Order: sequence, then C-alpha cells, then structure tokens
Amino acid sequence: MFLSWRGLVAGSAMCGLALLVGCSPKTAPSGSAGGAASASGGAAGVIQIDGSSTVFPVAEAVAEEFETETKNRVTVGRSGTGGGFKKFIRGEVDICNASRPILTDEMKGAKEAGIEFLELPICFDALTVAVNPQATWLDSITVEELKKIWELAAQEKITKWNQIRPEWPDEKIALFGAGSDSGTFDYFTEAVCGKAKSSRGDFTASEDDNTLVQGIEGDKFALGYIPFAYYDANKAKLKALKIDWEKDTLGPIAPSAEAVVGGQYNPLSRPLFIYVNKKSLEKPEVKTFIDYYLTNVAKLAAEVKYLPLPAKAYDMVKDRVAKVKTGSGFSGAPEVGLPVEDILKREPK
Amino acid sequence: MDQQTAKIVARRKREDRLFKLLGIGCTLIALATLAVLLGNLLYTGFSRLDWQFLTSFPSRKAESAGILAASVGTLAVIAVTALTAVPLGIAAGVYMEEYARKGRINTIIEVNIANLAGVPSVIYGLLGLGLFVYYFHLGHSILSAGLTLGLLVLPIVIVATREALRTIPVHIREAAYALGATKWQVVRHHLVRYALGGISTGVIIALSRAIGETAPLIVIGAVTFIRFLPTSPFEAPFPHHAFDWLQSPFAVLPNQMFDWTSRPTEDFHRNAAASGIVLIAVTLTLNAVAIFVRYRARRNIKW
Repeated sequence: MFLSWRGLVAGSAMCGLALLVGCSPKTAPSGSAGGAASASGGAAGVIQIDGSSTVFPVAEAVAEEFETETKNRVTVGRSGTGGGFKKFIRGEVDICNASRPILTDEMKGAKEAGIEFLELPICFDALTVAVNPQATWLDSITVEELKKIWELAAQEKITKWNQIRPEWPDEKIALFGAGSDSGTFDYFTEAVCGKAKSSRGDFTASEDDNTLVQGIEGDKFALGYIPFAYYDANKAKLKALKIDWEKDTLGPIAPSAEAVVGGQYNPLSRPLFIYVNKKSLEKPEVKTFIDYYLTNVAKLAAEVKYLPLPAKAYDMVKDRVAKVKTGSGFSGAPEVGLPVEDILKREPK
Repeated sequence: MDQQTAKIVARRKREDRLFKLLGIGCTLIALATLAVLLGNLLYTGFSRLDWQFLTSFPSRKAESAGILAASVGTLAVIAVTALTAVPLGIAAGVYMEEYARKGRINTIIEVNIANLAGVPSVIYGLLGLGLFVYYFHLGHSILSAGLTLGLLVLPIVIVATREALRTIPVHIREAAYALGATKWQVVRHHLVRYALGGISTGVIIALSRAIGETAPLIVIGAVTFIRFLPTSPFEAPFPHHAFDWLQSPFAVLPNQMFDWTSRPTEDFHRNAAASGIVLIAVTLTLNAVAIFVRYRARRNIKW
C-alpha cells in the first residue's frame, strides 16, 4: 500500500519530534572550532547577507570567490534594500546590500535596536538613459530636458518629442522606467527631478529591467532608464544617450567605465553600498570576508558589469573598516553627483 | 416528419455543431498556449540541461551555475510539508467526515476550510513569518518554510480526504458495524483503506502545488545565493545531526528561476528556462504518480 497506517503514525511522530528539536534551544556543539558567539543569530559560522537585488550580482560574485578560496559559508538573499535593512535592524543578517544610503527611519530603528553599522561604498552603477537605435534625431540629452520629461508636472502634458526640442519629431514619446519599489526609481527621480519618488506616473513601469529593454527595443520613439549592466548586455539593441549636466562644464558624457570611475558621468552614477553590523565584524570570518571583499570587488564588479570605485576610494573604505568608523556619511537621503571620495571624507554621524 | 419538425431538427443540429466547434476552439486555445510555453521553454533551456547543471551551485558565471542547492532545498522543504500537512490533514478530514457532529460549528469550520484554500499564498507567508520565524523562533529555516507550506496545503488535503471518504457507499459502513466493528475499526480497516486512492491523489496534487510556490518562501526568507547543502540527516554519529538540516538556510527552485530571469544576459535566461523544465518535469511526474495510484486503488476495489 502507498501509505500504511504505520507510515502515518511514524510520520506524525517524526514531525512532533522535529518540532521539539526545532523549538528547543540550540545546544548542539556543531559550531566552528573557535566557538565564535553567533551574535546575529542564524546558523553558526555562516555569513548572512541580504538586501538590494541591484547589488546582488556583485555580492554573489564576491561570495562565490570567497567561498572557493576560504571554505567559509555565505548566503545572499535579495529582498530589496528596504527588506534587507529590516532584517539588518533585527540583527538577522551580518551585511545589508543597499542601492541607496540608509534612510533616517532606518537609522533610528538601528539605534533603537542597539545596532551600530559601517557604511561601505563598494562600486558604482551608472543609470543609463536609452533610446531605440533608430532614434537618429538625438545622441545626448540634458538633465534639464530629462526633468521636463519625467517630472510630476509633465504627466499628460509632455507627450511628444517636439515638446522638448522643436526639431525633434512630432511623435509620442513612449516612456519606460523603473517600478516605484526599486532603488533605481528613487535614485533617478532624486537625480533628475530633484526629489526622490517625484515622477510622472503615466509611463510603462517595471521592476524587471529586461521588460524595459524589450520595450525600448520594440518602439522607435521610446525613451527609458535602466541600470548600466542591462544596457551593456543589450548594446546592439539600444542606444545610450550622453548626459549633459548643467551643473558641471563637461558637456555631454556617455556612460562608460572610464567616465564613471573618473567621476564625469554625473548625476546618474550612483554608489552602491554594503552595511556591516559592527558586532558581526568582530567575528573573524566576517572580518576576513570584508577584507577580501574590498581587495577584490573592483575586479569582480567589472566582471558582472558594474563599475569600480577609484582606487583611492577603496583605500579610504579600508581605512574606515580598520578604524571601525560607524554611522552613515549621509543625512538619511541620497545626494547626487558627489565624488565618492567626498562622501568618504565626511565624518559619519 | 413534416417540414416544420425537420427544420427545427436541422437548426438544433446546427446549434449542436456550433457548440462543439466552440468547445474544440476553447480547448485548442488552452492547449496551444501550453504547447507554445512548453516549446519555448524547451527550445531555450533544453541544451542547458545536463549533469553539470543539476549538480552545481549557483555562480556568477551562467555556464558553471546550477540548481543543486535549489533542488535540495525544495526537496527538504517539501519533505517537512508532507510530514506535517499529510497526517494532520488526513486526521482532520477523517474527524470531520466521520466523527464530528453535524451542527452549526461544523458548518462554520467547513466553510472556513473551503475559504482557506482560496487565500493568496503570500498571506500564508506573512502568517508563517510571524508565527514560525518570530514567535516560535524557528528562524529563516527549512523548518519554517516547510511548516508554512504545510499550512498552505492543509485545506487541500482535508478537502481531498473528505471527498474520498464521501465516495464510499454507506452500506460498507453499515456492514462493518453490523459485524460488531467499533468506529475506530471501521475507519481504520475500511474507510481510510478504501479512500486511500483519492487521498493520495489529493496529497500529491497539494504537494505539487507547494513545490511551485514562490511568494510565501520569499517572505519566510529563502536566500538566492547559497553554495552549501543542509547537514545530511544521516551524518554520523547517528542521532545528533539527524535534525540539523531543519535549521539550515535554504534556496528553492522557483526563486532560483526567478532570479535568473531577471538577469541582463541571455545565458542566464537559458538557465532559467532549464530550471523551468526541471520544475515542470517534477510536477508532471508527481501528477503521473497521482494518476497511477488512483488507477491502482480503483482497480482493487469492487463493491
């Protein structure tokens, strides 16, 4: 018989037992030989990371190499920057991946929970404004023009290309952008419209950047913004616009590794961060991991199509770790167009 | 047959044919969609499906990535789900059908169970997060995930058990009672035994639903990148590590697939398609087992 009574009874007994084992306090001496106290809960000896899905590929690359070299164990989740910070504040993860600086509320939460953290910029993402390759009428766009297209007031008013520049076609602009839950959306609106989350609502929004790529690819009159990695993987199908920022005198700059690392692609270069729990950093395996991270992330980030920080910046980040400087260099809101060295020079509050 | 009648008959026949065509059309739409989906999946992913893919951990390099951690995670979670939901569900079903007095309370419970089957799965995820992860401190573990999915499929198992018990003719029960059997003996030797085909079908369908769930497991805290397996329950010395795996962090197949579809490059999309094929293969196999079990159970019963 497929299921006998004996099987059923045995099964129930098993679950009862399993539940008991699960609920009882952990006494198994299965931890690492050093017996490091598991301050942040969870499985002993496992470095736990969660947070932004944008930072995920970088974390994955570093974790993979680190594991192969040191035999330590790492897990990486992708519950989004906000979700990651929630777990971080609860002390459930050692490291939080973030595609934006920690917000005021989250800082408050961490303080209340008695969690001190280190804010470490690890690489850049360059938000890329892309159009269809058949859009021959433009190669560059100013931030002012982008604002005119994307700001809240543009909703249902700015609908045609020639409303931006008269020589552009009298055709409807098909707009594609990030969904409102993503850090990409927050950063783009902050950089372009001047206020995070302040954007028109009548555009095709998706959390899945591949959808945006397909949309722009399929419409001659499309315009959208996507993370650099998605542009890089689809170079043949998309045309990236040069960005002309009125606040600097560099003129139109195309998104590229050199421009981003050199600090010229502004304001759409955004730094990505990891936040490390100070208590976790006292664990030897986490310390080793962070050291490994900062030494190798430049190479590994480039491999997964993110852009490294300038070499000097990594020295500053390492210094921050060595001196265990906690706190955030931001005032709870992202700031755009700042060289990462300037951010690092600030005393974290 | 006068002309009038002939006309009516002809019209009715025409209507019949029309409806038949409509029916065939609808069926074809459903089948074609499925065929296109499957075809696309196979076309994109089949070449990626090899031993290396099945036995590798996730990696930033699409060609060396695989689904080992995710499939072991799925298996472990489903094992917990089966071990909890099946005995509980069957027992609850038997109680409600055979023991409970039919009354208002019973009706309320019945309605509630039927409604529970329709609650969106992410709600179960939130329940599991609050109850198992935080209240019982089971952590973001295989145990929490399995128990949550167990709750999710419990109504399905209960309903299947009751339906199966209801198909047993009343004279079987009466005959057994007439021979002096106690209620427990009737349930044990007759009802559950005869209903087993229907029950196992329900159980298997419930489990194949659980395998495909993504939302509740994201809430519970399934990770995406993990390059180690839970401690084997058979690791020596015997009993000490037998339950360690329950507390392990885990990844599951649907989440792994979702992660790969969201990557920028084509080669990861192929990985996603390949894991889709594995997932479909597992589900179809389970369904085939369900059909086989039902067939065998029916064959042995004659009344």
